[in-house]
Amino acid sequence: MVVGVLVALSLALLSVYFRESEHGSLHGAQGAGATVLRPFEVGAERVARPFRDLYGWFDGLLAAKGENERLRTELELARRRAIENQTAAQENAELRAALGFQDVPGLKDYRRVNTRVLGYPPQQFERQLVIAAGSNAGITLRAPVLASGTLVGQVTNVSPNTAQVTLITDESSAVTAYDVSSNATGLVNASEGGALSLDNVPKSKDVRVADVVATAGSRTERLPSLFPRGIPIGIVTSVRNTDTEPFKQIQVAPPPNVDFSNLYVVTVLVR
Amino acid sequence: MTMVDALKIAALLFVASIVQTAILGGIHIRGAAPDLVLVCLVAIALLRGAVAGALAGFLVGLLLDTAYLARLGETSFLLTVAGYWIGRYGETTGRDRSHAPLLSVAVVTVVYAFGSLALRVVLGDPVDASTVLGSALVPAILLNLLLTIPVYALVRRFLGRPEWPRTEVRLLG
Repeated sequence: MVVGVLVALSLALLSVYFRESEHGSLHGAQGAGATVLRPFEVGAERVARPFRDLYGWFDGLLAAKGENERLRTELELARRRAIENQTAAQENAELRAALGFQDVPGLKDYRRVNTRVLGYPPQQFERQLVIAAGSNAGITLRAPVLASGTLVGQVTNVSPNTAQVTLITDESSAVTAYDVSSNATGLVNASEGGALSLDNVPKSKDVRVADVVATAGSRTERLPSLFPRGIPIGIVTSVRNTDTEPFKQIQVAPPPNVDFSNLYVVTVLVR
Repeated sequence: MTMVDALKIAALLFVASIVQTAILGGIHIRGAAPDLVLVCLVAIALLRGAVAGALAGFLVGLLLDTAYLARLGETSFLLTVAGYWIGRYGETTGRDRSHAPLLSVAVVTVVYAFGSLALRVVLGDPVDASTVLGSALVPAILLNLLLTIPVYALVRRFLGRPEWPRTEVRLLG
């Protein structure tokens, strides 16, 4: 009898929550509950932090030698690119000023809310996080979430003091993106296991390994992108052309300094 | 179940859910994370029976859904069923069996993974079944089994000896 009532109550809650708007009473009650739980989660996270750091330190030590070599090569390449980019940026600014160019919203048009990750997904198929800032900090639904300057997800539920973030590695996520070198535009999707791919890129486009992939920003009025243009998403790790597929098969990996399973601090962009 | 027992169970599950959300949820080993709440729930259900298990499952599920800002009722539903089922096993076949906690945790981890997946499919979520039921399931079972013996011992010490319904077994003659 008791069990039947509890099961029915669970299903009723689920049904009402699923149907009501984000301003509904259950959402409100949940937000209040999350606010009450927040200090406990913050406390537990702080207690666990030194142990996590120690684990991360040992884990990092094992991979340090190989990583050091790779990073030296990358640094050399980055230095050369930085010089080229500086010249190009200067030229770009001068030309924009001369043309009176009107651009789509960029990163500079957003305010940054830096916050801590409070909770981690309970199950393997939930690629979500709970962060320690909510609507009181100006965070809204669909706000982009960054880690180390790289797009990691978007806000999918907000309470006054916490928010739920769905990572771009979740299968429900998709981001319009472009290859910075070739300007080829496509859609970054997550496949099984959370691997990212840049889809819908025509075979004619010259996309290469190590190219940077970034958010494409708004392109159409009907379906504007949720993210400002130019947020890095990752680096192209493989490009394949097959006879059977109409588009290129492009695999994208987040930069080495972004570990989706180990995010501690994130930045939410708010307008 | 006495009022003191109810308070103890509530405190235990509250601590377990905070530890789970803030600490253990972030530890991913081969795609799986240890589930302290599930193991605690199994221990409570085995020690206090089906009704206590179902009630504990419902309340801790609600707490987890609130902490994660997930859909209210989803985890409650799954944990209510899990708590009741393990409680019934503890009251009947699993009574006084030393392997009951380990067997219950292994089975409930598998059933919970299937149940979550099925519920998400019904609700129209895209889910990666191959990871959950393939590569991550075995590590999840092993991690939960590693937690079982210390957690069961702690919960048993905290709650006291198992209490079985007196009407369950009647001796004739």
